Amino acid sequence: MIPIIGLIAGVTAGLLMQPSVPGWLTPYLPIAVIAALDAVFGGVRAGLEGIFNDRVFVVSFLSNVLVAALIVFLGNQLGVGGQLATGVVVVLGLRIFSNVAAIRRHLFGA
Amino acid sequence: MMSERTPDPGSSAQKQQTRPNAARARMWRNLGSLRASTGNVLVAVLLAALGVAVVAQVRTTQEEGLVGLRQADLIQLLDDVTTRADNLEAEIIELEAVRADLLDDDSEAAGEAAQQRLDSYRILAGTAGATGPGVLIRVDDPDQVLAADDIMAMVQELRDAGAEAIQIGDVRVVTSTWFADDDSGALLVSGASVDAPYEIRAIGDAHTLSGAMAIPGGFNDVVRRSGGTVAIETPGSVVVDALHEPAEPRYAHPVPGDDD
Repeated sequence: MIPIIGLIAGVTAGLLMQPSVPGWLTPYLPIAVIAALDAVFGGVRAGLEGIFNDRVFVVSFLSNVLVAALIVFLGNQLGVGGQLATGVVVVLGLRIFSNVAAIRRHLFGA
Repeated sequence: MMSERTPDPGSSAQKQQTRPNAARARMWRNLGSLRASTGNVLVAVLLAALGVAVVAQVRTTQEEGLVGLRQADLIQLLDDVTTRADNLEAEIIELEAVRADLLDDDSEAAGEAAQQRLDSYRILAGTAGATGPGVLIRVDDPDQVLAADDIMAMVQELRDAGAEAIQIGDVRVVTSTWFADDDSGALLVSGASVDAPYEIRAIGDAHTLSGAMAIPGGFNDVVRRSGGTVAIETPGSVVVDALHEPAEPRYAHPVPGDDD
Protein backbone atom coordinates (compact mmCIF):
# COMPACT_ATOMS: atom_id res chain seq x y z
CA MET A 1 0.00 0.00 0.00
CA ILE A 2 2.82 2.35 0.92
CA PRO A 3 4.27 2.40 -2.59
CA ILE A 4 0.88 3.31 -4.04
CA ILE A 5 0.50 6.09 -1.51
CA GLY A 6 3.90 7.28 -2.67
CA LEU A 7 2.78 7.32 -6.28
CA ILE A 8 -0.41 9.23 -5.51
CA ALA A 9 1.57 11.66 -3.36
CA GLY A 10 3.99 12.24 -6.21
CA VAL A 11 1.26 12.91 -8.78
CA THR A 12 -0.58 15.24 -6.42
CA ALA A 13 2.62 17.11 -5.60
CA GLY A 14 3.32 17.46 -9.30
CA LEU A 15 -0.16 18.84 -10.00
CA LEU A 16 -0.01 21.25 -7.07
CA MET A 17 3.55 22.49 -7.35
CA GLN A 18 3.58 22.52 -11.16
CA PRO A 19 7.33 22.15 -11.45
CA SER A 20 8.94 23.22 -14.68
CA VAL A 21 11.53 20.92 -16.17
CA PRO A 22 15.05 22.42 -16.18
CA GLY A 23 16.46 22.93 -19.65
CA TRP A 24 19.27 20.38 -19.50
CA LEU A 25 16.77 17.69 -18.46
CA THR A 26 14.23 18.08 -21.23
CA PRO A 27 15.69 15.68 -23.80
CA TYR A 28 16.08 12.91 -21.21
CA LEU A 29 12.91 13.12 -19.21
CA PRO A 30 10.46 11.42 -21.61
CA ILE A 31 12.67 8.39 -22.17
CA ALA A 32 13.52 8.19 -18.47
CA VAL A 33 9.84 8.19 -17.60
CA ILE A 34 9.11 5.34 -20.03
CA ALA A 35 12.05 3.37 -18.66
CA ALA A 36 10.81 3.89 -15.12
CA LEU A 37 7.33 2.77 -16.17
CA ASP A 38 8.85 -0.38 -17.60
CA ALA A 39 10.51 -1.10 -14.23
CA VAL A 40 7.24 -0.40 -12.43
CA PHE A 41 5.25 -2.81 -14.55
CA GLY A 42 7.99 -5.37 -14.11
CA GLY A 43 7.70 -4.87 -10.36
CA VAL A 44 3.92 -5.28 -10.42
CA ARG A 45 4.26 -8.50 -12.37
CA ALA A 46 6.88 -9.78 -9.92
CA GLY A 47 4.56 -8.93 -7.08
CA LEU A 48 1.73 -10.92 -8.62
CA GLU A 49 4.06 -13.83 -9.18
CA GLY A 50 5.18 -13.69 -5.56
CA ILE A 51 8.82 -12.99 -6.35
CA PHE A 52 8.89 -9.26 -5.69
CA ASN A 53 12.09 -8.06 -4.09
CA ASP A 54 12.48 -4.45 -2.96
CA ARG A 55 16.19 -4.37 -3.70
CA VAL A 56 15.68 -5.80 -7.18
CA PHE A 57 12.96 -3.28 -7.95
CA VAL A 58 14.97 -0.26 -6.78
CA VAL A 59 18.05 -1.36 -8.68
CA SER A 60 16.13 -2.10 -11.85
CA PHE A 61 14.24 1.22 -11.64
CA LEU A 62 17.41 3.29 -11.21
CA SER A 63 19.43 1.35 -13.74
CA ASN A 64 16.66 1.58 -16.35
CA VAL A 65 16.46 5.34 -15.94
CA LEU A 66 20.24 5.76 -16.06
CA VAL A 67 20.70 3.52 -19.08
CA ALA A 68 17.89 5.23 -20.96
CA ALA A 69 19.39 8.66 -20.25
CA LEU A 70 22.82 7.39 -21.27
CA ILE A 71 21.51 6.02 -24.55
CA VAL A 72 19.80 9.32 -25.36
CA PHE A 73 22.97 11.22 -24.55
CA LEU A 74 25.10 8.89 -26.64
CA GLY A 75 22.66 9.05 -29.53
CA ASN A 76 22.68 12.85 -29.55
CA GLN A 77 26.47 12.91 -29.49
CA LEU A 78 26.70 10.42 -32.34
CA GLY A 79 24.10 12.23 -34.37
CA VAL A 80 21.54 9.41 -34.38
CA GLY A 81 19.61 10.86 -31.45
CA GLY A 82 16.18 10.65 -33.06
CA GLN A 83 16.50 7.08 -34.33
CA LEU A 84 18.10 5.75 -31.17
CA ALA A 85 15.44 7.33 -29.01
CA THR A 86 12.77 5.78 -31.22
CA GLY A 87 14.41 2.39 -30.88
CA VAL A 88 14.60 2.68 -27.10
CA VAL A 89 10.97 3.72 -26.86
CA VAL A 90 9.93 0.78 -29.07
CA VAL A 91 11.82 -1.74 -26.95
CA LEU A 92 10.53 -0.33 -23.69
CA GLY A 93 7.04 -0.32 -25.09
CA LEU A 94 7.41 -4.00 -26.02
CA ARG A 95 8.55 -4.87 -22.53
CA ILE A 96 5.70 -2.94 -20.97
CA PHE A 97 3.28 -4.80 -23.20
CA SER A 98 4.64 -8.21 -22.25
CA ASN A 99 4.60 -7.31 -18.56
CA VAL A 100 1.04 -6.09 -18.80
CA ALA A 101 0.07 -9.28 -20.59
CA ALA A 102 1.59 -11.35 -17.80
CA ILE A 103 -0.21 -9.24 -15.20
CA ARG A 104 -3.46 -9.74 -17.05
CA ARG A 105 -2.93 -13.50 -17.11
CA HIS A 106 -2.21 -13.54 -13.40
CA LEU A 107 -5.22 -11.47 -12.50
CA PHE A 108 -7.84 -12.83 -14.84
CA GLY A 109 -6.31 -16.11 -15.90
CA ALA A 110 -6.77 -15.10 -19.53
CA MET B 1 14.72 -5.63 3.81
CA MET B 2 12.19 -8.42 3.65
CA SER B 3 11.61 -10.29 0.47
CA GLU B 4 8.19 -11.68 -0.17
CA ARG B 5 9.16 -15.04 -1.46
CA THR B 6 6.35 -17.54 -0.79
CA PRO B 7 7.29 -21.08 -1.80
CA ASP B 8 4.49 -22.47 -3.90
CA PRO B 9 3.12 -25.78 -2.58
CA GLY B 10 1.41 -28.48 -4.58
CA SER B 11 1.75 -29.92 -8.05
CA SER B 12 2.26 -27.73 -11.05
CA ALA B 13 -1.24 -28.53 -12.29
CA GLN B 14 -2.72 -27.24 -9.07
CA LYS B 15 -0.40 -24.29 -9.31
CA GLN B 16 -1.76 -23.59 -12.80
CA GLN B 17 -5.34 -23.67 -11.60
CA THR B 18 -4.88 -21.60 -8.47
CA ARG B 19 -2.47 -19.13 -10.00
CA PRO B 20 -4.97 -16.38 -10.76
CA ASN B 21 -6.59 -16.78 -7.37
CA ALA B 22 -3.26 -16.88 -5.57
CA ALA B 23 -2.06 -13.83 -7.48
CA ARG B 24 -5.20 -11.91 -6.74
CA ALA B 25 -5.10 -12.89 -3.10
CA ARG B 26 -1.52 -11.75 -2.89
CA MET B 27 -2.45 -8.47 -4.56
CA TRP B 28 -5.23 -7.74 -2.08
CA ARG B 29 -3.00 -8.69 0.82
CA ASN B 30 -0.28 -6.32 -0.32
CA LEU B 31 -2.68 -3.51 -0.97
CA GLY B 32 -4.18 -3.89 2.45
CA SER B 33 -0.99 -3.87 4.52
CA LEU B 34 0.46 -0.61 5.72
CA ARG B 35 3.74 -2.14 6.91
CA ALA B 36 6.45 0.46 6.45
CA SER B 37 9.70 -1.36 5.90
CA THR B 38 12.76 0.34 4.46
CA GLY B 39 12.20 -1.33 1.15
CA ASN B 40 8.59 -0.22 0.96
CA VAL B 41 9.45 3.37 1.75
CA LEU B 42 12.23 3.44 -0.82
CA VAL B 43 9.87 2.11 -3.45
CA ALA B 44 7.32 4.71 -2.43
CA VAL B 45 9.90 7.46 -2.81
CA LEU B 46 10.84 6.26 -6.27
CA LEU B 47 7.21 6.08 -7.34
CA ALA B 48 6.63 9.59 -5.97
CA ALA B 49 9.51 10.84 -8.07
CA LEU B 50 7.99 9.04 -11.04
CA GLY B 51 4.63 10.72 -10.40
CA VAL B 52 6.19 14.15 -10.30
CA ALA B 53 8.21 13.43 -13.44
CA VAL B 54 5.15 12.24 -15.38
CA VAL B 55 3.12 15.31 -14.47
CA ALA B 56 6.03 17.63 -15.28
CA GLN B 57 6.66 15.93 -18.62
CA VAL B 58 2.99 16.09 -19.61
CA ARG B 59 2.91 19.79 -18.80
CA THR B 60 6.11 20.37 -20.76
CA THR B 61 4.67 18.59 -23.78
CA GLN B 62 1.54 20.68 -23.66
CA GLU B 63 3.40 23.96 -23.62
CA GLU B 64 6.36 22.86 -25.74
CA GLY B 65 8.35 25.73 -27.10
CA LEU B 66 11.75 25.63 -28.74
CA VAL B 67 13.41 24.20 -25.63
CA GLY B 68 12.25 20.66 -26.14
CA LEU B 69 13.31 20.18 -29.76
CA ARG B 70 16.43 18.42 -30.78
CA GLN B 71 19.14 19.94 -32.89
CA ALA B 72 18.00 18.54 -36.23
CA ASP B 73 14.47 19.86 -35.71
CA LEU B 74 15.76 23.27 -34.72
CA ILE B 75 17.91 23.46 -37.86
CA GLN B 76 14.91 22.53 -39.99
CA LEU B 77 12.83 25.19 -38.26
CA LEU B 78 15.55 27.76 -38.81
CA ASP B 79 15.70 26.85 -42.51
CA ASP B 80 11.96 27.26 -42.91
CA VAL B 81 11.90 30.58 -41.14
CA THR B 82 14.85 31.88 -43.16
CA THR B 83 13.19 30.88 -46.43
CA ARG B 84 9.95 32.60 -45.40
CA ALA B 85 11.90 35.71 -44.45
CA ASP B 86 13.66 35.72 -47.83
CA ASN B 87 10.38 35.42 -49.71
CA LEU B 88 8.84 38.23 -47.72
CA GLU B 89 11.89 40.41 -48.38
CA ALA B 90 11.53 39.83 -52.11
CA GLU B 91 7.85 40.71 -51.91
CA ILE B 92 8.64 43.91 -50.04
CA ILE B 93 11.07 44.97 -52.75
CA GLU B 94 8.47 44.25 -55.43
CA LEU B 95 5.74 46.18 -53.68
CA GLU B 96 8.02 49.13 -53.04
CA ALA B 97 8.83 49.26 -56.74
CA VAL B 98 5.11 49.30 -57.60
CA ARG B 99 4.52 52.01 -55.05
CA ALA B 100 7.33 54.14 -56.44
CA ASP B 101 5.86 53.63 -59.90
CA LEU B 102 2.46 54.83 -58.83
CA LEU B 103 3.86 57.80 -56.97
CA ASP B 104 6.08 58.73 -59.92
CA ASP B 105 3.21 59.49 -62.30
CA ASP B 106 1.42 62.75 -61.74
CA SER B 107 -1.00 61.30 -59.24
CA GLU B 108 -3.81 63.68 -60.02
CA ALA B 109 -3.73 63.02 -63.74
CA ALA B 110 -3.60 59.29 -63.12
CA GLY B 111 -6.62 59.59 -60.83
CA GLU B 112 -8.58 61.59 -63.34
CA ALA B 113 -7.72 59.22 -66.16
CA ALA B 114 -8.82 56.30 -64.04
CA GLN B 115 -12.10 58.01 -63.20
CA GLN B 116 -12.76 58.78 -66.86
CA ARG B 117 -12.13 55.17 -67.82
CA LEU B 118 -14.45 54.04 -65.07
CA ASP B 119 -17.21 56.34 -66.27
CA SER B 120 -16.99 55.21 -69.88
CA TYR B 121 -16.89 51.53 -68.88
CA ARG B 122 -19.94 52.10 -66.74
CA ILE B 123 -21.85 53.65 -69.60
CA LEU B 124 -20.85 50.87 -71.96
CA ALA B 125 -21.73 48.18 -69.44
CA GLY B 126 -25.04 49.83 -68.69
CA THR B 127 -24.46 50.11 -64.97
CA ALA B 128 -24.67 53.90 -65.01
CA GLY B 129 -27.23 56.19 -66.56
CA ALA B 130 -26.14 58.57 -69.26
CA THR B 131 -27.36 61.82 -70.65
CA GLY B 132 -26.45 63.85 -73.64
CA PRO B 133 -27.65 64.87 -77.07
CA GLY B 134 -29.43 62.16 -79.02
CA VAL B 135 -32.68 60.93 -80.49
CA LEU B 136 -36.02 59.74 -79.20
CA ILE B 137 -37.62 57.22 -81.58
CA ARG B 138 -41.26 56.26 -81.18
CA VAL B 139 -42.44 53.25 -83.15
CA ASP B 140 -46.04 52.21 -83.45
CA ASP B 141 -46.63 48.66 -84.72
CA PRO B 142 -50.37 47.98 -84.52
CA ASP B 143 -50.24 44.78 -86.56
CA GLN B 144 -47.22 43.42 -84.71
CA VAL B 145 -45.39 42.84 -87.93
CA LEU B 146 -42.05 44.10 -86.77
CA ALA B 147 -39.79 41.20 -85.86
CA ALA B 148 -36.84 40.98 -83.50
CA ASP B 149 -34.58 41.01 -86.55
CA ASP B 150 -35.83 44.45 -87.50
CA ILE B 151 -35.23 45.85 -84.05
CA MET B 152 -31.76 44.26 -84.06
CA ALA B 153 -31.00 45.89 -87.39
CA MET B 154 -32.10 49.22 -85.97
CA VAL B 155 -29.77 48.87 -83.03
CA GLN B 156 -26.91 48.00 -85.38
CA GLU B 157 -27.70 51.06 -87.47
CA LEU B 158 -27.70 53.28 -84.40
CA ARG B 159 -24.38 51.85 -83.25
CA ASP B 160 -22.93 52.34 -86.67
CA ALA B 161 -24.04 55.96 -86.45
CA GLY B 162 -22.14 56.35 -83.22
CA ALA B 163 -24.82 55.83 -80.56
CA GLU B 164 -23.14 55.48 -77.19
CA ALA B 165 -26.07 54.50 -75.02
CA ILE B 166 -29.31 52.90 -76.21
CA GLN B 167 -32.47 52.05 -74.36
CA ILE B 168 -35.55 50.22 -75.68
CA GLY B 169 -38.59 50.69 -73.48
CA ASP B 170 -36.97 50.36 -70.12
CA VAL B 171 -34.31 47.86 -71.08
CA ARG B 172 -30.75 49.07 -71.54
CA VAL B 173 -29.06 47.79 -74.68
CA VAL B 174 -25.54 46.51 -73.96
CA THR B 175 -23.16 44.07 -75.62
CA SER B 176 -24.94 41.04 -74.19
CA THR B 177 -28.43 42.17 -75.19
CA TRP B 178 -30.36 39.81 -77.48
CA PHE B 179 -33.64 40.13 -79.31
CA ALA B 180 -36.33 37.51 -79.90
CA ASP B 181 -40.00 37.17 -80.65
CA ASP B 182 -42.03 35.32 -78.09
CA ASP B 183 -44.82 32.91 -79.09
CA SER B 184 -47.42 35.64 -79.42
CA GLY B 185 -45.14 37.71 -81.64
CA ALA B 186 -44.33 40.33 -79.02
CA LEU B 187 -40.78 41.61 -78.74
CA LEU B 188 -38.38 40.17 -76.17
CA VAL B 189 -35.28 42.18 -75.31
CA SER B 190 -32.85 40.00 -73.32
CA GLY B 191 -35.83 38.03 -72.12
CA ALA B 192 -37.89 41.03 -70.97
CA SER B 193 -40.99 41.71 -73.00
CA VAL B 194 -41.31 45.19 -74.44
CA ASP B 195 -44.69 46.24 -75.70
CA ALA B 196 -45.49 48.43 -78.64
CA PRO B 197 -45.49 51.34 -79.05
CA TYR B 198 -41.73 51.07 -78.63
CA GLU B 199 -39.85 54.04 -77.31
CA ILE B 200 -36.16 53.93 -78.18
CA ARG B 201 -33.67 56.43 -76.83
CA ALA B 202 -30.15 56.79 -78.11
CA ILE B 203 -27.43 59.19 -77.08
CA GLY B 204 -25.06 60.38 -79.76
CA ASP B 205 -24.88 62.97 -82.46
CA ALA B 206 -28.58 63.71 -83.03
CA HIS B 207 -28.13 64.57 -86.69
CA THR B 208 -26.15 61.47 -87.56
CA LEU B 209 -28.50 59.21 -85.64
CA SER B 210 -31.68 60.50 -87.17
CA GLY B 211 -30.02 60.45 -90.55
CA ALA B 212 -29.12 56.80 -90.11
CA MET B 213 -32.74 55.93 -89.42
CA ALA B 214 -33.86 57.81 -92.52
CA ILE B 215 -31.59 56.20 -95.12
CA PRO B 216 -33.44 54.55 -97.99
CA GLY B 217 -34.24 50.97 -96.99
CA GLY B 218 -33.30 51.76 -93.42
CA PHE B 219 -35.37 51.44 -90.27
CA ASN B 220 -37.91 54.14 -91.11
CA ASP B 221 -38.71 52.45 -94.41
CA VAL B 222 -38.98 49.01 -92.81
CA VAL B 223 -41.49 50.27 -90.27
CA ARG B 224 -43.60 52.07 -92.80
CA ARG B 225 -43.64 49.09 -95.12
CA SER B 226 -44.87 46.96 -92.20
CA GLY B 227 -47.75 49.34 -91.70
CA GLY B 228 -46.39 51.01 -88.59
CA THR B 229 -45.46 54.55 -87.87
CA VAL B 230 -42.14 55.92 -86.69
CA ALA B 231 -41.50 59.35 -85.23
CA ILE B 232 -38.02 60.63 -84.45
CA GLU B 233 -37.49 63.54 -82.10
CA THR B 234 -34.23 65.27 -81.32
CA PRO B 235 -34.67 66.93 -77.95
CA GLY B 236 -31.76 68.90 -76.58
CA SER B 237 -30.79 66.17 -74.19
CA VAL B 238 -31.78 62.55 -73.95
CA VAL B 239 -31.61 60.61 -70.73
CA VAL B 240 -30.87 56.92 -70.86
CA ASP B 241 -31.54 55.84 -67.31
CA ALA B 242 -32.37 52.17 -67.71
CA LEU B 243 -29.65 50.11 -66.05
CA HIS B 244 -28.28 46.67 -66.78
CA GLU B 245 -27.24 44.13 -64.12
CA PRO B 246 -23.85 42.84 -65.15
CA ALA B 247 -23.27 39.13 -64.71
CA GLU B 248 -19.94 37.56 -63.74
CA PRO B 249 -18.54 35.65 -66.71
CA ARG B 250 -18.48 31.96 -65.97
CA TYR B 251 -16.29 30.80 -68.81
CA ALA B 252 -14.31 33.81 -69.97
CA HIS B 253 -11.45 35.24 -68.00
CA PRO B 254 -9.03 37.99 -68.92
CA VAL B 255 -5.87 37.15 -70.82
CA PRO B 256 -2.91 37.94 -68.56
CA GLY B 257 -0.85 40.73 -70.03
CA ASP B 258 -0.73 44.48 -69.95
CA ASP B 259 -4.08 46.00 -69.11
CA ASP B 260 -4.95 49.49 -70.13
